[in-house]
Amino acid sequence: MSSSSTALWYASRATGVVCLLLFTAVILLGLLVSRQGKLPGLPKFGVVHLHRYLSLLGIAFLAIHVLTAVADSYVNISLAAAIIPFVSKYQPFWLGLGAVSIDLMIAIIVTSLVRSRINRRTWRLVHWLAYACWPIAIAHSIGAGPDVRHGPLLWLTLACTATVAVAIAVRTAASQRTPAPDTQIRQLLADQSTQLQPARGDDPPRPSRIQNQTEAAYR
Amino acid sequence: MTTFVQQSSQPAPGDEPGSRTGQLGPNDASGQPEPRPISRLLPAPGKSSLDLRAHLRRHGQVPYRGRQGQLIEDLRAAGLTGRGGAAFPVHRKLSAVLSAPGRAVVVANGAEGEPASSKDKALLLLNPHLVLDGIQLAAEATGATDAVLYVALDAEKARWLNNLIAARRNANLDRLQVRLFAAPPKFLAGQESALASRISGGKALPAFAPPRVFERGVDGRPTFVSNVETLAHLSLIARYGPAWFTSAGTPDEPGTMICTLHQADGRMDLTEAALGTPLAELLDLRKAGAVLTGGYHGAWLPTATAARLTLANASLRRHGASVGAGVLAALPAGRCGLLETARVARYLALESAGQCGPCRNGLPRIAGALADLANVGQGRRPNATLLQDLDRWSWLVYKRGACAHPDGTVRFVTSALKTFEAEITAHRQGRCTGTITRPFLPLGGESM
Amino acid sequence: MNATQGLHSQELKLRVNPIACSGHGVCAELLPELISIDEWGYPLLADIPVPAHLARQARRTVTDCPALALLLTRK
Repeated sequence: MSSSSTALWYASRATGVVCLLLFTAVILLGLLVSRQGKLPGLPKFGVVHLHRYLSLLGIAFLAIHVLTAVADSYVNISLAAAIIPFVSKYQPFWLGLGAVSIDLMIAIIVTSLVRSRINRRTWRLVHWLAYACWPIAIAHSIGAGPDVRHGPLLWLTLACTATVAVAIAVRTAASQRTPAPDTQIRQLLADQSTQLQPARGDDPPRPSRIQNQTEAAYR
Repeated sequence: MTTFVQQSSQPAPGDEPGSRTGQLGPNDASGQPEPRPISRLLPAPGKSSLDLRAHLRRHGQVPYRGRQGQLIEDLRAAGLTGRGGAAFPVHRKLSAVLSAPGRAVVVANGAEGEPASSKDKALLLLNPHLVLDGIQLAAEATGATDAVLYVALDAEKARWLNNLIAARRNANLDRLQVRLFAAPPKFLAGQESALASRISGGKALPAFAPPRVFERGVDGRPTFVSNVETLAHLSLIARYGPAWFTSAGTPDEPGTMICTLHQADGRMDLTEAALGTPLAELLDLRKAGAVLTGGYHGAWLPTATAARLTLANASLRRHGASVGAGVLAALPAGRCGLLETARVARYLALESAGQCGPCRNGLPRIAGALADLANVGQGRRPNATLLQDLDRWSWLVYKRGACAHPDGTVRFVTSALKTFEAEITAHRQGRCTGTITRPFLPLGGESM
Repeated sequence: MNATQGLHSQELKLRVNPIACSGHGVCAELLPELISIDEWGYPLLADIPVPAHLARQARRTVTDCPALALLLTRK
C-alpha cells in the first residue's frame, strides 16, 4: 500500500467521523427547530441557520469522504458506487448503504435549497427522509469501517446514536402531550371565570308549519 | 294570521312585473299588514312538486342549451347571485370554472351548517327537482363530468333522494349521474374549501386559498360550488328567462330568496320573499327587542333601525348588516340579547376548525368574555377590562384565519356590543334587563 | 416608464398561511420592520407592500420559516 493511498484511506475515514458528528448535530438541531426551541445566547433563527450551515458543512466533508475513498487505489470503489447503491465491487452491501444514505441526503438538500419554491407538503415529506438517512449512514459506518467497531470510535457512535434516540423520544412525547385543537378550544372555554347559566327548562324543538308539511309531503 | 306563504299564482313567463314586489295586502284582524306572498320555489301548503310527472308538467324537461357557456349570458342578465350567504354573481363563478383547466365538478351545496337556517333542507324536501335540474344545467354550462349533491342526511332521506335521482335517470332527464354525499353536521361543513376537502375524501376543514375551489377543488379539479337554492333559481331562469327573474326584487338585487324567520312568539317560518321586501313585513317587530339579520355571521340591529330596512344588501350594508343566507330573528322582549349572543359565540368558538392560531385562541376568549358579561346577578360584576379585551381580541382574529369564520364571528359580536349597549351598562352595574333565560336562538344542528 | 412605475410593477406583499403557521416566531426576528408577534405567538404582518430595500431580507425570511408558512406574493 503506497503512502498516498494510506493517506487517502485515513482521510476518508477521518472525514467519515467528522460527518458522523456533523450530521448528528444537524439532526439534533432539526429536532430542536421542530420543538420551537432556542439555544442559549442565540435568537430562534440561530437554531434554523445553524441547522442549515452545519448540514452544508457536512455535505462538504461528505464529498471529501467519498472522493478520497474513490481516489484511493488500494480498494476498488468507483464514483458511481457512491451514488448508485450496491454496485461497488468492494463491500457492495455496506458501501451500498452509504450510497442510499447519500441519495436521500441529495434529495433532502436539493429540496431544502429550493424550499420556498416547491409545494410545502412535498418538502416536508422529503425532509422526513432524514429519519431514514441518518440510521442508514450509521449502519454504513459500522459495516464499512472496521475502526468503528471497537475503541473510542465505537463509544462515539454509541453516544451519537443514544443522543439522537433520546432526542427523538422527547420530541415524540412532547407532540403527543400537545392537545388537539378542539381540546385546546374546550380548555380555553372551561378556563373562563364563569360559565353560561344553564338554561332552565329549554324550549322543546319548535315545530314550524313548513316542517310539518315537509314531513307529510314526502311520506 | 298566517305567516306561511300562500301560493296566489304560479311563477310563469306571463307574469306582470311588479305585481308582487313589496306590496302590502289588506290588514289582518290584529292590524299587522299582511304581506302579499311570492312563490317561485316553495309550493303551496298541501301541494308539493315531489312527483316527477307533476314537475315535468309544470316546468317541462331540463332546458339544456346544447352548448357550454350558453346559460352564463342569461344568468348575467338576470343578475342571479348566490343564495348561500356570499351573494357572489353566479355567472362569474360559472365562467371562472369553465375557463379553468381540467374537467369540472359541480357540487350542489345543501350542507346548511347554520343551525338557524332551514331553507335548504326544506327546498330539498319540497322541490328537489328544481335543484336537480339546476345541477344538470350548471354541469352543461361548465362542461362538468361529475355532479355531487352535498347534504346532511339520515339513511331514510338519503334513500328517498337516491330514488328520485334514479327515477330521473330512467326518464332520461339527467345527462350526468348525481352522487349523494353526506355533509357532516358542522357549521363549517358548507364552506367551499371544507366541502371540497370532504368530498375528496378528507376532513371537512377549510383550506388556505389560493387556489380557490373554482381552480382546484374536489380532487384538484375546477369545482363549481353552489347553494341548492341558487341552483333552483338557475333552473327557472333557464326556462323563463332573465326578464321574468328580475320582475321581482330590486334592480340591483333581483329575484326572491327563501328566508328562515324566527318570530318573537317562538314560531319558525319559511317564507319566500322578493329581495327588497321591508323587514317589517317579514318579522313581527311589535314584540321584538332587537333583530338579527344574516344569521350567526350576521349582525344585530335595534328594532327601530330594522323597521326601516329591507331584505337587501344595499339597505343593510349601511348598518353593518347583510342578507346572508336569509336568516332573520326577532329577539322577543324580555330576553337578554347579551345572553343569546354569548351562547352563540360559545357555539361559534366550538365550531372553529382549530387550524389557525388566532382563531383557536381568540374565539374561545371572546366567548368567555361574553359569558362573563352576560352572567350577572347576585351583585356579580363582569371583569373591568372586559370590553377592552373584547375589542383587542376581535382585532386580533379579524382576517387572520384561513376562512371567514373569525371574521363573521367578530361582525356578529361587534354588532351585539353596539346594539345592546344599554344592556351592557346594566350588566356592568350587576343588573340584567332580561327576565327569561331560556335559549331563543337554536344551536343544535339537525340533519334532514 | 418611470422609476415609481417600475416599483409598483414589482410590488411584493407578505402573506402568511395561517393553517401552516405554528407560531414559531422566526419571521419576526428576521424581519422586525414588517412582522411582529401577537400575544399568542402568531405573526402580525404590516399591511403595506414590501419596500424595495427589504425585498431581499423578505425573501430570506420566507425561506427560513420552519413551517414554510410565510409567502411573498407579487401584485
